[in-house]
Amino acid sequence: MPTVRVSVRLKPSLLDSAGRTVNDSLHGLGFAEVDGVRIGRLVEFQMDPVDEGRIRSMCERLIANPVIEDYEFEVVD
Amino acid sequence: MRVAVIQFPGSNCDRDALLSLRDDLGCDSFYVWHAEKSLGDVDAVWVPGGFSYGDYLRCGAIAANAAIMSDVRRFADEGGPVIGVCNGFQVLCESGLLPGALLLNEAERFVCREVWLKPETRTGPWMANQSDLVELPVAHGEGRYICEANALQQLEENGQVAFRYVDAAGSPTQAANPNGSVNNIAGVINSAGNVLGMMPHPERATRAVLSRTDGRKVLEFLSGVRTG
Repeated sequence: MPTVRVSVRLKPSLLDSAGRTVNDSLHGLGFAEVDGVRIGRLVEFQMDPVDEGRIRSMCERLIANPVIEDYEFEVVD
Repeated sequence: MRVAVIQFPGSNCDRDALLSLRDDLGCDSFYVWHAEKSLGDVDAVWVPGGFSYGDYLRCGAIAANAAIMSDVRRFADEGGPVIGVCNGFQVLCESGLLPGALLLNEAERFVCREVWLKPETRTGPWMANQSDLVELPVAHGEGRYICEANALQQLEENGQVAFRYVDAAGSPTQAANPNGSVNNIAGVINSAGNVLGMMPHPERATRAVLSRTDGRKVLEFLSGVRTG
């Protein structure tokens, strides 16, 4: 059955306070070359048949919150 | 006044709300389980705080799609008074009954303290008689209110900001803002004013033994109309 992989990210304009903390922590570990850490969410599920319209509907109604998040998806086998 | 307190798995301020409503405000309050399809005969709806569905996915996201929420939406659309506190505020935003969303606090930590609030509108049943600064407790990890720039401008212009975090003198300072909310917003109403969402907990401040009673001012509307 095909696997759908949805990536959900906080909109770029919004402060990601958790990402900032990880950013600072990486600096603390000596990875000074790192910047702009953002934390998103990966949601995977199986779906058959695959219907992109229905995937978008799921994303907009539940998996992502369009007020604060962007999403993209891919279908992998 | 008959007030339904919605219970989701993971609600934890449901009993606080029920007892505050019943014992301090003189309401006839009762629980309505999330799986119910109908609110029954109610005058107002309370969506309580807590960690509904363990905050899975996003705070309030799963609860916003619970069976009972269809009837809460109908009740709100018909002008029925609905209040969401803390996680209840998150649920109302996720359900689309209120604009915006609530994100992880700017300081990345749970905040539990008293805050001063300034009422900013007189629209709708909840805010009609609010004029005094009130001091209420907050207790949340994800209370940073945000919305898109256009929506924010509309909120401000329409008078939909219900409460702002202020200092004891009434100024919306950065220090008074416990979570980094945009424009110090602590609570908002819908355009009609019958739906109110707020992060601070009025139900935790309605009796003297808990040292604060300012919650009574915020909830005056519920106590003012008694149906016995």
